Amino acid sequence: MNEDLIEKPEDESRRSFLVNLSLGLSYFSAAVAGIPVLAAIFAPLIEKTPKLWRKVGEVDSFQVGTTNLVTFENANPEKWSGTTASSAAWLRRDATDKFTAFAVNCTHLGCPVRWEADAHLFMCPCHGGVYYKDGSVAAGPPPKALVQYPVRINKKDIEIQTSPIPITNISA
Amino acid sequence: MKTLKKIWNWIDDRSGFTEMFMPLMKHPVPADSKWSYVFGSATLFCLVLQVITGIALSLLYQPSSAEAYQSLEFITNEAAFGNVLRGIHYFGASGMIIMVSIHMIQVYITAAYKFPREMGWVSGVILFFMTIAMGFTGQLLRWDSNGVWSAVVGAEQMGRIPFIGKWAARLLLGGDTIGSHTLGRFYSYHVFILPAIIFLLVAYHLTLLIINGISEPPKVGRLVDPKTYRQWYKEMLVEKGIPFWPYAAWRDIIFGAATIIAIIILAIWIGPPELTTPPNVTYLNTNPSPDWYMLSIFSLFALMPPQIESYMIVIGPALSIIFLLSLPFISNKGERHPIRRPWAVFGSICVIIFVFSLFLLGEESTWSPKFDAKPLTSVSIHSTDPLVINGATLFYKKGCLFCHQIDKQGGLKGPDLSDLALRLTAEDITIRILNGGPDMPAYGGTLSKTELTAIVAFLSSRKFKK
Repeated sequence: MNEDLIEKPEDESRRSFLVNLSLGLSYFSAAVAGIPVLAAIFAPLIEKTPKLWRKVGEVDSFQVGTTNLVTFENANPEKWSGTTASSAAWLRRDATDKFTAFAVNCTHLGCPVRWEADAHLFMCPCHGGVYYKDGSVAAGPPPKALVQYPVRINKKDIEIQTSPIPITNISA
Repeated sequence: MKTLKKIWNWIDDRSGFTEMFMPLMKHPVPADSKWSYVFGSATLFCLVLQVITGIALSLLYQPSSAEAYQSLEFITNEAAFGNVLRGIHYFGASGMIIMVSIHMIQVYITAAYKFPREMGWVSGVILFFMTIAMGFTGQLLRWDSNGVWSAVVGAEQMGRIPFIGKWAARLLLGGDTIGSHTLGRFYSYHVFILPAIIFLLVAYHLTLLIINGISEPPKVGRLVDPKTYRQWYKEMLVEKGIPFWPYAAWRDIIFGAATIIAIIILAIWIGPPELTTPPNVTYLNTNPSPDWYMLSIFSLFALMPPQIESYMIVIGPALSIIFLLSLPFISNKGERHPIRRPWAVFGSICVIIFVFSLFLLGEESTWSPKFDAKPLTSVSIHSTDPLVINGATLFYKKGCLFCHQIDKQGGLKGPDLSDLALRLTAEDITIRILNGGPDMPAYGGTLSKTELTAIVAFLSSRKFKK
């Protein structure tokens, strides 16, 4: 064996310093570059969506006992949202001063339920979920009643609070 | 000529083409690997077709929630060969899913996943699920109403994951609701993230193919023994191996080319799936249904008992993935021939029948209310009694016809009522309508007395053979 290649202790510490330096710098640069990348991936969890009250119509425009489709702008639409800037809800006027707003999403898998006014039923086209006028399950696979959105009367106006698409969890 | 050859020799020598690719092209394969070995490479051919047509589509597509639908209309109606391009990409996806499924079933039935090819199977299983994920995200990028509601359905499934479900759903959609970030995210999944994973895994899958060699056709009684297999395989190749190119590859190429030609013919002849209504989540008169390769799962969602469904949405896929990934570790030696592995064959046939039946059921979707049912006419009503005629009108208006058939009209969710009076008395009918049933709404709260009388009169006159 060549004598020159035998490691001396001072070589060893110099080498391990350089190895650690190179590894450390790699980790550091990866971590720093990774922060904005992870931020982009997890942006939907980091950014808080505000809850805003949106006017959906005037109190007088809804008759007692009827259920109507109302639309309202989402809490944080962007310029490129197009038609996806808005959400919809089924608004029911139960009594003169009582309104209920139902999410349009079936609690089974989120498909859009329709209000069949003559039948007094909400029906889902995807897998045949059916709900009564109060949102409770009448037939089909839905595991729970239609989700309700916060709704309030503000002087002459009806307002709905912007809310997430209701996501059914495993224990429902 | 001599100069040209010299130039080529220089290029080849310095670029290393021959050195790199010749050993791969010429690697020996078992001589009796014939037509049954073409499905893996056909999947690869489809993948290449998808990449190329996908890149072409990306030149014409606008991945923005506001404009994607218009760009789809542009591709379909205005861009040169745009409609055919969409068609090829759609049938290419279909072809890839069919080929990868056949390939996987075949590898399972012939136990090619056994020693030493365990990791080939594992990478293949992940690739299979990636292919399905590409199909799902791809149909969504059409960004019509089907696309939008597919995103919601996907999020609802994510939502069933214990503890982190809500966050997973939010991450998938890029926010609380369908909105500006949803399409951008799905575009990124479909065009960057999933393809990157697929490329890496395909490269790994093929490298393993070179390292371990393709599995020889199984023979009854020839057992795989991890201690001796590698040596035996090596000797078998020396004795009976043939170079992959061209003596085995020509079949792959003919079959792959035929597959692609078939895809192009279907694309021209049938064309891509038609766009449904624009992506407006406030327009609810829409009937979302997935592309054919998702239809079996769509049916399963409708037919599973509701009590266990939320659990099964998580446990079902998790168990299938765990089972498939652990398969080569449960059994990695011994018999490979299907004749000696009847349960494997039986299981595969069961899965094929199960998936195919669900597909057929999904085509009919009997569980969906038939919203486009037309009011009954006098031909079907068969009566001049005003009460019966009024009842027939109400039968339509109250939504009964959406789920029940009368004289071959109406939905299929509930029983056909054309001959109801032969089975139930007027009193029984009344009770059913008022109280509902296990899968029927109770109409007690909504029908007036006169409406009820009319509907019962109508149903009591139903004595006609179906």
